[in-house]
Amino acid sequence: MQQTHSELESLRLVVVGHVDHGKSTLIGRIFYDTDSLPHGKLEAIRKACAAEGMEFEYAFLLDALLEEQEQNITIDTTQIHFRTSRREYIIIDAPGHKEFLKNMVTGAARAEAAILLIDAHEGVREQSKRHGLLLSLLNIRQVIVAVNKMDLVDFSQEAFEKIFQQYSAYLGKLGVRATHFIPIAAKHGHNVLHRAMQMPWYDGPTILQALDSFQPSTSAENGPLRLTVQDIYRFDHRRIIAGRVESGTLAVGDEIVFVPDHKRSRVASIERWRADVPPFKVRAGESFAITLEEQIFVERGQIGCHLNAPCVEAREWKATLFWLGNEPLRLNQNYELRIGTQKLTARITAIEKVLDSETLEPASGARSEVGRHEVAVLRVHSRRPVALDNADTVTSTGRFVIIDGGRIAGGGVVSGLVYPKSDSGKVTSANISWTEGEIGREERAELFGHTGAVYWFTGLSGSGKSTLATGLERLLHRRGIHSFVLDGDNLRHGLCADLGFSEKDRAENIRRAGEVARLMAEAGLVVLTSFISPFRADRQRVREMCAASGIMFIEVYVSAPLEACEMRDPKGLYKRARAGEIHHFTGIDSPYEKPLAPELVLPTHEISTEECLQRLLNHVMSRVSRLQTSRTGEEAVLI
Amino acid sequence: MNRLDKLEADSISIFREAYHSFSDLAMPWSMGKDSNVLIWLAKRAFCGHIPFPVLHIDTTYEFPEMYEFRDWAAKEHNLNLIVWINKEAREQGVGYETHDPVTVTHELKTVALQQAMAHYRWKALITGIRRDEDPTRAKERYFSPRNAEFEWDYRDQPPEFWNQFTTQVGEGEHVRVQPLLDWTELDIWRYIEREAIPIPKMYFARPGADGKKRRFRSLGCHPITHPVESEASTIAEIIRELETTKISERAGRAQDHHERNAMQKLRAKGFM
Repeated sequence: MQQTHSELESLRLVVVGHVDHGKSTLIGRIFYDTDSLPHGKLEAIRKACAAEGMEFEYAFLLDALLEEQEQNITIDTTQIHFRTSRREYIIIDAPGHKEFLKNMVTGAARAEAAILLIDAHEGVREQSKRHGLLLSLLNIRQVIVAVNKMDLVDFSQEAFEKIFQQYSAYLGKLGVRATHFIPIAAKHGHNVLHRAMQMPWYDGPTILQALDSFQPSTSAENGPLRLTVQDIYRFDHRRIIAGRVESGTLAVGDEIVFVPDHKRSRVASIERWRADVPPFKVRAGESFAITLEEQIFVERGQIGCHLNAPCVEAREWKATLFWLGNEPLRLNQNYELRIGTQKLTARITAIEKVLDSETLEPASGARSEVGRHEVAVLRVHSRRPVALDNADTVTSTGRFVIIDGGRIAGGGVVSGLVYPKSDSGKVTSANISWTEGEIGREERAELFGHTGAVYWFTGLSGSGKSTLATGLERLLHRRGIHSFVLDGDNLRHGLCADLGFSEKDRAENIRRAGEVARLMAEAGLVVLTSFISPFRADRQRVREMCAASGIMFIEVYVSAPLEACEMRDPKGLYKRARAGEIHHFTGIDSPYEKPLAPELVLPTHEISTEECLQRLLNHVMSRVSRLQTSRTGEEAVLI
Repeated sequence: MNRLDKLEADSISIFREAYHSFSDLAMPWSMGKDSNVLIWLAKRAFCGHIPFPVLHIDTTYEFPEMYEFRDWAAKEHNLNLIVWINKEAREQGVGYETHDPVTVTHELKTVALQQAMAHYRWKALITGIRRDEDPTRAKERYFSPRNAEFEWDYRDQPPEFWNQFTTQVGEGEHVRVQPLLDWTELDIWRYIEREAIPIPKMYFARPGADGKKRRFRSLGCHPITHPVESEASTIAEIIRELETTKISERAGRAQDHHERNAMQKLRAKGFM
């Protein structure tokens, strides 16, 4: 008895494996065996093959695009349906070629079960292992390993057992157990639908029997309530909160807390246009629209929870991530990250290990980036608090994607968070401090991911202070360090417009510059000042001012001697000073007092600008960054 | 959740992501069955409203009953309807009477859509593409970027998983948002039946001049769209018919079969 369509259960299945191990052939064969082909399709392809003198292959049934037939590889995921008496299957054919891993992930991420093919003749290959690793990260637990092309190894039990031993040991390391290992020959239909007489030693299920033994993904209905807020609509004078129930069940009258803001309200109504009866409940997997009793602040990105089982609020977490981007994922660089409907700026603060997909051992050597197609265990730090879960508690709010160059470039699975017992109305996560009122320096540093500091560049006119300060600013900006250059140009025109170049005015100019730098550093910025500041006493005053506020003051002596500076004379000022057009010019008719104990000396007449910037960058990154790095003495790479 | 509830929930979620991600978006509406399901889903997503314009690319070759349906439905659903015709092509005499169907479809549908896009500068279009319609559509994403020339780079599509979509596009580019991607022809009919969604009468079998009953499975321009023999005159009968048929849905659409790989060529040029 066939069930009718609407009652028929469906299961999403992905077929993966190394390139040429027979994925499309198996799918084509399943279609043929279950009589799921559109009328005339098989004949049409047989005819086309005959016309072009090619041997008919079941894979052609799928490879409808011309280009694919030319290249003989499946370039993207396709999705098609077939039926058994038990249920309907939505089959996702994922490409095996390494270059198309992003398509494999795109397809496999939506699957509830997987068939992983291994060529009996070729054995376990690179993508066999990588796909196994990705299936575990994508949380696909129902896996058939089909050892294909058994006809090429004379249906040898020994050959099958060898692959079975090798590959189940590999899966064991991932904590994954294949539900079935099945020897098949897809091309001939052996052990696909029909049992193969050629392999009497195998007494397990056929592919289709094994599939029918699987369960549709266990519903998230029984998990804790998680509502991801997609939008707030104001229709018909009502404020409607719209989103998706990721987990649990929501009923009218339930009290909900929205994390991370922790505002609470009861649900007044569940809205559904043209419903016979207004719904009283919504469950995991449904899209919802609700109104609240209180007009609390709710915005896109928040996660609604029941008070007794809230999600975690955190700024830092551990994740296992796969990277698909063309550019590597770089340590300490800011990225757009998305968790549910939250969009945030975050960065990787530590790459704990990069997994070798062959051995699953950490790849050798410390790493500052994760390359395309690599899998890594790392720490993520967000600028602002994020609502999230451990993936093993709530799958869909326990994973995130990273955007690079406008495209989804990687996916991460969250682990290791500690849950609060219930929502007490304030932030409970261990790595967040919460104080009402004044915001402390620590909190600002936490938000920015680095402390503020003053880098005071001093040296003769033309020594290269501005070049270095602005160059450094650009490098810091790229690494997510908030920085700002203060120089004569932006101060003299405004704040110090009333000052001239007398000794007294120059001292006052430096005092004001120092004060502004100190305030900006207190606000959390790394301030780079570029003033000749020729007098020790003036510089010392700024140093003391910073010390009194607990601000790090770094004196950077740009030490090019007068001859070198005068030779460069970028603004023609030395020439004018020599000609007597400018007075009190440092180095000509006004002294420059060299720093006695500067933190950094940069002889720009001896070393290149790049080298100076590298030294500065290393200095800043190692001093201001709040991000724990597992290594010391590592040089930040100049990009 | 049963299959239709799940499909509906996922489609609503996609509608809401699209509306949040793009302030400039529109929904092409062909008045066909899938298009009317889209209208219905949008109203579910936005509590009885459709907060963006609905676009009819009028080839001027629609069946008269379709125009009637358009005017009725626009009022019924309170649509912000924009009708666009490639007037230049029609004035230059492009038509089925004189040109091959691929050329006409390209001019009156694809080029017309390009003109409307250029005029209104939409960044996203919500379309009723389903994966089961044609092999070339099987590879689509829910949010599928198109370049300024409307081309679909199916060789290098961005990854899409965990309900996260491509929502950033460059100057002149746009995203095709496809909420019906996972639906099958049968799902569409089951949903139309369950929700009692209004659709044009041409989908139902009617006796022709020769006494045989025929119906349209897919609706396009009248010179190139042909009915198939069928006894199905109610939605329930159509569903029963589809549960047993192995004839493809677009069999009655001439432009698909004009030459080898016709559909792929049309789609690479920006056809939906």
